[in-house]
Amino acid sequence: MKAGIVRFPGSNCDEDAYHAIADHLGQEAVYLWHKDHDLQNVDLVILPGGFSYGDYLRAGAIARFSPIMREVIAFAKRGGPVLGICNGFQIACEAGLLPGALLRNASLRFVSAPAHLRVESIATRYTSQYHLNQVISIPVAHGDGRYTADADTLARLEGEGQVVFRYVNGDGEATAAANPNGSLRNIAGIVSAEGNVLGMMPHPERALDTTLGSTDGVPLFASILESMLAEVKA
Amino acid sequence: MTRFRCAIHIVPRRGILDPQGKAVADALHSLGFADLSDVRVGRHVIVETEAATADAARARITAMCEKLLANPVTEDFEIASVEHA
Repeated sequence: MKAGIVRFPGSNCDEDAYHAIADHLGQEAVYLWHKDHDLQNVDLVILPGGFSYGDYLRAGAIARFSPIMREVIAFAKRGGPVLGICNGFQIACEAGLLPGALLRNASLRFVSAPAHLRVESIATRYTSQYHLNQVISIPVAHGDGRYTADADTLARLEGEGQVVFRYVNGDGEATAAANPNGSLRNIAGIVSAEGNVLGMMPHPERALDTTLGSTDGVPLFASILESMLAEVKA
Repeated sequence: MTRFRCAIHIVPRRGILDPQGKAVADALHSLGFADLSDVRVGRHVIVETEAATADAARARITAMCEKLLANPVTEDFEIASVEHA
C-alpha cells in the first residue's frame, strides 16, 4: 500500500501520519505538496491535522482550493479512500467530500485531552478491526470541532450508519459532559455515503504507542491495511 | 471599468449555536444591558474589485461569497454596500 499525506502550509500532524503508515504499518508513505497536481499513484490519501492557511476565514476553507485538492476530490469521487483527521476533517467538509461543517467549540476553548469514543460502525474500511460499541481512548486537540449539519443530513447519517465515532464517557454513554466541543449528537467522526471518505476530529495517529498513553488508534490503521490487501487480492 | 469597494456581512445562520455571540451577550447582560435579546458575532469583509457597473460588482461579490467567503451550511451573507472606491 502507498499512502499520500497532503502537506498544506500550516499542517502539523503530517509527520505523525507518515509515522503511522511507514513505521507502524510498514507501508510506503509519501508527502504530497499542496501545490502539486499529481497524487503519485497513492492508494490512500490522508489529510492531516494542523492549521492549514492559519485557519483564516474558516478552518479548512482556503486549503480546500489548494491545487492538490482538485486531484484529491477526483480521487475520492472515483472511490479512492481519503482519511481526514482534525483539520483534514474540516477540509473534507469544506470540499464537499463529507456533509456538514465544523464550528468553533461551544466552550470557546481549545480542547487538548484524551477522549472516549464509541465505535458506532465496524462496517467501514477504517473500523473493521474494532468491535461494535467498543469504547476507545483517542486524543482530541482542536478549537473548531463542533460538528453541525441540518436535521435531514443528521437523519440520513444516522439512518445509513455513517456516524462512525461518537464522544462518550468511560461507561460508553453519549452524555453532554463527554462531548468536548458541543458536536450535534456527540458526533466525532463520519464516513461518506460511499464509505470511502472518513472524517474525524480525534487523532488516531497519536494513539499508536503506550508512551503516548493509548494504542487505540492501531486498529484503525490496521483496518485500512486489511481493506487494501483485500482489494489487491480481489 | 470602475473600482468598487464592497462590504460583506457574514453571520452564523439562525438556529446554529453561536458561542461567541452568547459570550458577548452574557458580558453585555452583566454590564446592565438587560434589554438585549440576542447577539450574533460574524465577520465583516471588505473587497475591492473592478466591474463595469455596481450590479456587476454585486454579482461578482455574490459569487465570491457562495464559493469561498461564506459556508452555506452554517452561514448567511449579506452585501451591505457597494460603493465607488
